[in-house]
Formats: sequence, C-alpha cells, structure tokens
Amino acid sequence: MRTYIVHKLLHAIGVALVVSFVSFFLLFYTADPASTLLPENADDQDIARFEEQYGLNRPLIVQYGDYMGRVIFAGDFGVSWVAKVPAGDLIAASLWPTLKLAIAAQILATLLAIPLGIISAVKRYSIVDNLTILVVLVGQAMPLFWLGIVLIVIFGVWLKWLPASGSETWLHLILPAITLASFILPLNMRLVRSGMLEVLSQDYIRTARSKGVEEQSVLMRHALRNAAIPLVTVSGIQFGALLGGAVVTETVFSWPGLGRLAVESIQVGDFPVVQAIVIIFSGFTILANLAADVGAAWIDPRIRFE
Amino acid sequence: MTDDVVLSVSGLRTHFFTPAGVVKAVDGVNLEIHKGRTLGVLGESGSGKSVTALSVMRLVADPPGRIVDGEIRFDGRDLMKLSDNEMRDVRGADISMIFQEPMTSLNPVLTVGDQVAEVFMIHQGKSRDEALDAAAEMLDQVGIPSAKSRLGDYPHQFSGGMRQRVMIAMAIACRSKLLIADEPTTALDVTIQAQILDLILSLQEELDMAVMLITHDLGVIAETSDEVVVMYAGEVVEYLQIDDLFENAQHPYTQGLLRSIPRLGDKFTKGKQPLQEIPGSVPNLIRLPPGCPFAPRCPHAMPKCEQARPPMFALGPTHGSKCWLSEKDAAADAEPTPAVSAGTG
Repeated sequence: MRTYIVHKLLHAIGVALVVSFVSFFLLFYTADPASTLLPENADDQDIARFEEQYGLNRPLIVQYGDYMGRVIFAGDFGVSWVAKVPAGDLIAASLWPTLKLAIAAQILATLLAIPLGIISAVKRYSIVDNLTILVVLVGQAMPLFWLGIVLIVIFGVWLKWLPASGSETWLHLILPAITLASFILPLNMRLVRSGMLEVLSQDYIRTARSKGVEEQSVLMRHALRNAAIPLVTVSGIQFGALLGGAVVTETVFSWPGLGRLAVESIQVGDFPVVQAIVIIFSGFTILANLAADVGAAWIDPRIRFE
Repeated sequence: MTDDVVLSVSGLRTHFFTPAGVVKAVDGVNLEIHKGRTLGVLGESGSGKSVTALSVMRLVADPPGRIVDGEIRFDGRDLMKLSDNEMRDVRGADISMIFQEPMTSLNPVLTVGDQVAEVFMIHQGKSRDEALDAAAEMLDQVGIPSAKSRLGDYPHQFSGGMRQRVMIAMAIACRSKLLIADEPTTALDVTIQAQILDLILSLQEELDMAVMLITHDLGVIAETSDEVVVMYAGEVVEYLQIDDLFENAQHPYTQGLLRSIPRLGDKFTKGKQPLQEIPGSVPNLIRLPPGCPFAPRCPHAMPKCEQARPPMFALGPTHGSKCWLSEKDAAADAEPTPAVSAGTG
C-alpha cells in the first residue's frame, strides 16, 4: 500500500508540473498583459517600461522557470498587478470559502447519491426509481446559475428561510452547497444505481444470500463496497469540475471564494493572481485524484496488490 | 425408510416471466434426498438443474422468476411456508450451497477470513474474533495450508481450487444437513476436480450430510452419487440407482447421454463404436410441445409421443422413467410415484 501511494504521489507531482507549464504558456499566449493593464494611450516606451518592471521582456521559458522556482521553493506566487499585494495572500483569503463550498457540495451529493442510487437499483423501474431519475434529469439539465437564482428567489426572497447571499454563517452555505451539489449529484446517483445493478447480479451476491446474510447486509456490506469503487474514482475527478462549478456558484451567491476571485482577476488581466489560481485549482484537483486513487485501493484489494 | 429423508421436493414449478413469454424452467420436479447420501442431478444446460437447486434455497431472482407451485419439505418443514427471516436462518445453517464458478463466487473486496467468519457470526452469534478462529479451523479442515495466516488474504490471492475449498468451508461451517453443489468442479482443472470431489465426499461421510450434486458430467455422477435423477426440459425424466444408470437406463434421453461419453481406448479396439451425440438441442421452454418434450430428438419416437406427455412409470421401487416405452414394463399396480426412493438407508 505504501509503495502504491508513493508511486501515485510521484505521478501526481509530474502531472502538476505539466499543468503549470501548459497553463503558464496558454495564459501568456492568449493575452497581452501590457495592453490589458496599461491605459489605451500608453506608448511603446510605457509598454517597454512595464514589461521591464515585471520581467515580461525575458523569454517565456525563463519567466516560467523563474516563476515556478519561486512558487516551489518560496511559496511566492508573485504580486498582484492590480491590488499590489502578494497573490498568495489574496488566494489564502479566498481558499477556505471555496474548499468549504466544494467539500460541502461533495458530501451532500454523495450522501444523497448513495441511498437514492441503491433504492433506484433495488426497486428498478418502480415509481421511486422513475421519480428519482426524473428529478435528477431535470437537475442535470438546469444550468447552475439558473438553479442558484431560483433557489435564491424561493428560499431567500419569498420564504425568507435562508440568506440569499454572503458567507457569514453556516446557514449561508446551504443554498450555494445545494446548487453546486446538483452539478454532480445526477452522475453520482447514476453511478451508484448502475454499479449496484451490476454488482447485485454477481455470483458473490448469490453466495452471500446462500449463507443467510440479511438483505441489508447484502446491500451495504457485500454490494455497496464493490459498487462504490467507480463512485470514489469519479468523485476524485469531479472535484476539479466542482471547483470549476464554484466559479459560477460563487458569482451568483456573492460567495467570497477563489472562483469569484478568478473571474475578477481575469476581467482585469491580473496575471499573477490568475496563474496562482490555476496552480491552486490544479493542485487540489490532483490531490483529489490522488485521494480517490488511494480510496479506491483501500476499498479494492485487487488495485492495492497490483 | 422415510425417516431419513432430508429433502423432498414434489410438484415443483419455477417459472420465469419474461417479455418473450413464460419460461417453464422447472415444471413439475419430484425428488428426494436421504441422510448421508448423494443424489446426482444429471442434465444438459437449460434442463432446470440449477433452477431446481436455487428454488430449494428460495434464491430464484424474483422478478423475473417465481416458484409457482410445489412443496419443498426439508427436515419435516415446508420451506415454501417459511417467512423470509425463517428461510434466512435455514440458508447457510441447515442447507448450504456451493457454486460452479469459484473465481466469481467470493466477494473480491472482503477477506477470505471475514467471508467464512460471517457464517458463524450470523448463525451462531459468535463475535468477530471467535468467528475468525472458527473460520481458521474450517479452512484447515478443507485443506488450506497454514489457514490461520491466510485469513486476511483476499480471494484473488487464491487459486481456483483453493477458492472452491473456501466455498466448501463456508458451506460446511454450520454442519448443514444438506449441501447443494451446483457443478462444483466444472470450472476446475481435471486434477483439482478429483481433489474437490474427494473433499466433498470425505466431509459428507464425516458430517453425515446429504448432498445434492448437480452436474452434466457422467463421470462425476459415477464417482459420487448413490441415486440419480435425470432432468430434461424442466422435468425429471428418469430416476434410478447409480448401479442401474450404467446397466439399466430406460429413458432414451438417459441412454443417449450414456452413449455420448467417450471411452478411453475405444480408438484402438476392434469393432469400435463411433461416439454418438443426441441430435438437436433442448426445446424452447416457452412453447413446449404437447407431447413428450424429448420426442423431437428421440430415436424411438412413436406417434403417441407427439400427442401426450408420458407420466412417470415406476419400473421398480427405486426406478422410474417418463417414457411411453416403459408403459408395458411398469408394474401394473404401481401408481406413478412422485418421488425418488432410496434403495437402502
């Protein structure tokens, strides 16, 4: 198991470096910082001075090496061109709200997906199954920002049960978390449903029943562990998508997270902040994948002993 | 003699309700199994052997399957009348089952120790530690080397033969009165097959267990069984003692099965007989012909066979055949008996 984790960790570091490299070059080739940040009437001299000041006149590969060196060895993500404070500080302030939102959404989606998926699988083609699939499909077809607005109107404005925006209390977390969870719930539920359907027809389930195992234990102990393996793997991949979804959700709910910071920074062309957010997002995505790999190996000994 | 009947099945009908129609997988099966003896259930794939076994365990998947009629008496109780909870207590404790595919019959994500221990925890209320100790003993008894150290291993770390031993360990853990073995050696290498059959037989003797051995392999039947029922298209078409099987089989289907065994050395013997096959295949179980289901493939088919289904003709106290050819030989006063009788016991 330890060798497996070390192997996966090395792999993850490799992926992180490739992501940072690609994103760095993409960012600098798709936009010109000087023309975004300087006033329209800036002349060539102004641009040259600006580029000199931020080292933008050096070859990109040198800039990349310099940047990554400082990121890795000093945790220094550079200084925001707009706010004039370290990009790392801006991110540190927004990271926790985003993680809180993403984790809450992930937990909510998983807690709903597992029972719904099991019920749907066990009572296949029943009213419960059809209803669940219908609700889930509607949820899946609804754009995040629209669902967010609908929830705000219903629960924040009409019923006044929950705060419509902001992040001061845990109550503020509920609507954004539901919105973001609805983004991954449909897929997760279907994964559990199809996983359970497949597993329940396996020989070892028949064996368990032939031993006199109670149906509940057949489902939870014998079937779910096997059916959960794809869910765990996909949840790891989803975490990245969840951070992406957070961009929209945070904007709708004025949630002070990385997603909102990313949108604002892109709009004003604050490259150091955008680059830092990309690195942080990819870092968490890779970590989540790593956690999923380890989780899957923990459940499935066949992966562990490969 | 009837005192030691462990299992008696009569008039069992298990049908599958599919979009294409009702598949009569088991359609009026009668059989009896006696204490300490082995009943061989012989037949081609699709003859209803496995569904009969699953029906006895009441493990037929519903939907689409359902036991629509019949009585399954085990140890004096009608299993059909038990509640789901009562039936669960029977499974694994009084009747246990091993399956054809040892590679897929064990749960890949649970340790072998836990899977065997589970039986003790369910049926004997043992704690996990006690159950694991008991599991180690069972694994030792079925011949798994250094059993105790292998409790924490997973099924994929065992070979096919070893996994079948684990299955057997689970099956005999509570000293079941009846072991149903559904093609227990079909998926194994020939050398391992013999070991597994020997293991089952020696445990049977030790525990005085009744065994229902389902197979399509006449060699396996010959080595293990005391009584034999031959199944065809969801029915028992002939029941007889093992000695009668090779000398005195009456049903043309049974005779056909016997003629289709290759004999070692035939190739070099003068006047050798070519290996014979039974032409055709098992009929569609949704639309069975009104007459004998075997008639379309039968070399002796008469006009009568197409029109009326033959009843079971008793040819002796322990022998019966569902074939019109046996009508003239049937004891005049003998009503068609519903069940297999044991010769001795």
